Amino acid sequence: MQKRNLRNVLPFMVILLSMAVLSACGGRSGSETSEERRAARAQRVDILGAGATFPAPLVTAMADEYRQATNGRITINYQSIGSGGGIRQFIEQTIMFGMSEAFLSDEVMADIEAKTGGKAFNMPITLADVVPTYNLPGITKGLVFNSEILVDIYLGKITRWNDAKIKALNPDVNLPNIPITVVHRSDGSGTTNIWTSYLTRVSDEWKNRVGMGTSVNWPVGVGGNGNEGVAGVVINTPGAIGYNSLSYALLNNMSFGYVKNAAGNIIEPTYAATTEAANIELPADTRILFTNTPAPNGYPIAGFAWMLVYQNLEKNNAISNQSEAEELIEFLVWSITEGQELSEGLGFARLPDAAIERNIEMIKQLKWNGELIGTKVLDRVLSL
Amino acid sequence: MKTLRRRQIQDKIMEGLLVVSTITVLIPLVIILAYVIYHGFGALNWSFFTEELGSPARAMQGQPTGLVHTMIGTVVVDFIGLIIAVPIGVGAGIMLSEYPEHKLNPVLRIMNDTLNGMPAILKGLLAFALIVKPMGTFSGLAGGVALAFVMIPIIARTTESSLMTIPWSIREAGLAIGLPRWRVVLSTVMPAAKTGLVTGFLIAFARAAGEAAPLMFTSFGNNYLPNHWTGMIFGPVDTLPQRLYSLAISPYAQWHQMGWAAAIVLLSFVIILFVAARLLTRQKNY
Amino acid sequence: MKDTTKEILERPLHGVYRWWGDKLFLTISVILGLSIIALAFAMAWVLFKESSLALNEFGVVGFLKGRVWDPGVNFVFGALPFLFGTMVTSVGALAIAFFPAIAIGIFVGEYAPKWLGAIIENLIHLIAAIPSVVVGIWGIFVFAPWMREKVYMPVFMWAADHAPSLLPIVGTPIGYGMTTATIILALMIIPYTTALTRDAIRQVPKEQREAAYALGATKWEVIRMAVLPYARGGILSGAILSFGRAIGETMAVAMLIGNKNTFPFSIFGPAATMPSVIINEFREAVGNLHLSSLMAIGLALFVISLIVNLIAAFIIRKYSITGGQAV
Repeated sequence: MQKRNLRNVLPFMVILLSMAVLSACGGRSGSETSEERRAARAQRVDILGAGATFPAPLVTAMADEYRQATNGRITINYQSIGSGGGIRQFIEQTIMFGMSEAFLSDEVMADIEAKTGGKAFNMPITLADVVPTYNLPGITKGLVFNSEILVDIYLGKITRWNDAKIKALNPDVNLPNIPITVVHRSDGSGTTNIWTSYLTRVSDEWKNRVGMGTSVNWPVGVGGNGNEGVAGVVINTPGAIGYNSLSYALLNNMSFGYVKNAAGNIIEPTYAATTEAANIELPADTRILFTNTPAPNGYPIAGFAWMLVYQNLEKNNAISNQSEAEELIEFLVWSITEGQELSEGLGFARLPDAAIERNIEMIKQLKWNGELIGTKVLDRVLSL
Repeated sequence: MKTLRRRQIQDKIMEGLLVVSTITVLIPLVIILAYVIYHGFGALNWSFFTEELGSPARAMQGQPTGLVHTMIGTVVVDFIGLIIAVPIGVGAGIMLSEYPEHKLNPVLRIMNDTLNGMPAILKGLLAFALIVKPMGTFSGLAGGVALAFVMIPIIARTTESSLMTIPWSIREAGLAIGLPRWRVVLSTVMPAAKTGLVTGFLIAFARAAGEAAPLMFTSFGNNYLPNHWTGMIFGPVDTLPQRLYSLAISPYAQWHQMGWAAAIVLLSFVIILFVAARLLTRQKNY
Repeated sequence: MKDTTKEILERPLHGVYRWWGDKLFLTISVILGLSIIALAFAMAWVLFKESSLALNEFGVVGFLKGRVWDPGVNFVFGALPFLFGTMVTSVGALAIAFFPAIAIGIFVGEYAPKWLGAIIENLIHLIAAIPSVVVGIWGIFVFAPWMREKVYMPVFMWAADHAPSLLPIVGTPIGYGMTTATIILALMIIPYTTALTRDAIRQVPKEQREAAYALGATKWEVIRMAVLPYARGGILSGAILSFGRAIGETMAVAMLIGNKNTFPFSIFGPAATMPSVIINEFREAVGNLHLSSLMAIGLALFVISLIVNLIAAFIIRKYSITGGQAV
């Protein structure tokens, strides 16, 4: 009987024990006195953000860096749930900031203004760029495309690689006579959003037939799930063309094309060219799509990734007190200045100065119960 | 009329077919198990148990990363679920077995079975609507509630059947010496059925511990340990199944490795619970 | 003397301890039991309320029959692709899993020596315990690539050379797709179906078998004529419950089916099921209509699960002599 009793509780004991061990491992051990530690812990702040998948490597790396810079005082928990999710949870006020590769629509902006009495700010944090990737035996990177060719391929009008239009742009390349397999993302994605926004901008036919969005009804082609899904199909299928973010294409050694921009220049996709694309006259709220950018040296298939914050921070249910709001702003300031240093190392283009200026303007207007805490935090940070 | 010979041949053929199909089915199932164990243990290392996840850059640059926060979070969320589920499940089980004549029992039984058969993802949606939305944030509590929805019907079922195995004569004996009904249930029937009850808890716990779908919109995920312990309950929490999913669909090879490691930890956790449950049932065959 | 002791012991307690105690105990049990009923209704209510926007917009029939799921441009939502995907994968999985599962059940119950039967049974239970995500990660990194290289590509290449007209039906072999998901689903429900079959066979009384043996039947004839007919209710309801399990299976399918939201689906190509679209898009959904449509799919899933479970319960009740104590 005794034995049986013991066995009954054994599983629970094991669980409890492992729980204790685990929490002991996780606890910060240190030499500070308990008093100091308690004080330090009281100052700690958790900031929750969520949204776009594309900037997630950058934002989470910023979070790592920022946590170290603040000695573990500020933890930024960013979950990549997709641009749509970022916008949705931002509206639902379950997160302190959202992140999206599509800016908030006028409708949503008006809605939020009516509900919170303040604006919703879209602040560019980084840039996303999408490159056409392909698999042509014997041809490495550098095949030149223009808007017309890309639209026709994705509409299913150009079906062979040795089409006259492609030949005309690439006179020196020996294009094979093989069919084109069009590959697109099958899941909702900000990459698709930028790609289709480019096609929409340059072609009325595309605009009317397909349109732009994180997932659209593709006229032709096969779907791949995620960046790696598209890459997988492209790498495995001779004659395939797909689209991936530049960093992903570089990381996986994929062949990618150059694109002729609106000014008529053939642009090789680079981080600098992407940054250049955004160096244009930006509206005050930065809600602009600059695919097919007028910038003469800008890469045309690029867009911002925005951080979404409420102007009246106290109206966001996810933020419970002023110090959280101030810490959020401080991180925001840090991420558009020092945080940008992380960009190239991780495969991201830096923000252009124009975007940083606009961001500063918006940060100045951030409020907590009417108090301009954005300005306050900016002054504090700049005086350091 | 078939001859005896033919009938015997037919018998042998069928036996052979059964053996062959049993083996062909077991092989892929064993392969899954073996593969996960082999690959998972290969991917385990010390920092997996001591470090937090952080950004993918950490893993790509070879800095130590791990899932310590995820494992703690899993235990917390699972136990919140168990604490909520046990009273409700046991109560319903008592109602079903000790008051068999109660008018609501047929309804309860059907609803319980239906709830048990419901896809776990719907339980996540329910917890999202009931907890996350009113609270205004994703939380370990919401995750625990979602898991409780998974456990409750299982516990109710197993409680009922293990109480049923106790002969009515025991209850009658208790009533005959003048004990009220509630004392009979609490002090005679339930202790006698203890093993079965605990087994039920373990099975429910193990089933819930492996669920990812209900946690996606409830406990949400976290790359770090929360800064305060209350953050485990009132803030977003990482859990193994949900983290395993996001590691597996990420585009980073290093995270895929970590996914295998998470898989073996999760699998071990669940299997230990199941083995414990089976050892308990073996002691008392019913 | 005895009687007085008893009276003394009982009298002061009679009211509170016995009557109120019992009353209270019953009340608490019933409240806890009712909370389960309430939970089921809450689930139905939440799903219904949240999906009303979509159902008003498209109509119940229109929503179920809608072939287009377009959250990007036109904001039209129809559930047919997902209903179709769920049905095809679940029916396919059950078709693959059913006979092998019964075979294992029979083998373990009737043929195998006790020690072997115990090992297989424990193994089956162990495998049933593998979490869905763990199967999923195996599927993503081992099974899907293997299937692409060894099965899909050869078939696709053959079709490309010999029967190009078949290509749209075969679909692009990216590894993730309907066939992959169906096979994985089958592997996942086999342990479940087996366990239920085993239970059903175990409940067949010994006398039934002995009677058949006494008539001179061979072992297989005993199984075919005495055991299986007796256990058919349990086996059938087990199959239906497994089907219900397959319908609701989420994570492994979402990881392996390739997530294609629009027709046409192809045999190897990607598709989607009701749970997979919810898990993929619920956190992503922006528009109210989109979110509401996902909830409406959840509602459809709820109704289908309810029907499946009711059918299983009905069959158990109808055929079984023990009154339905499976699992």
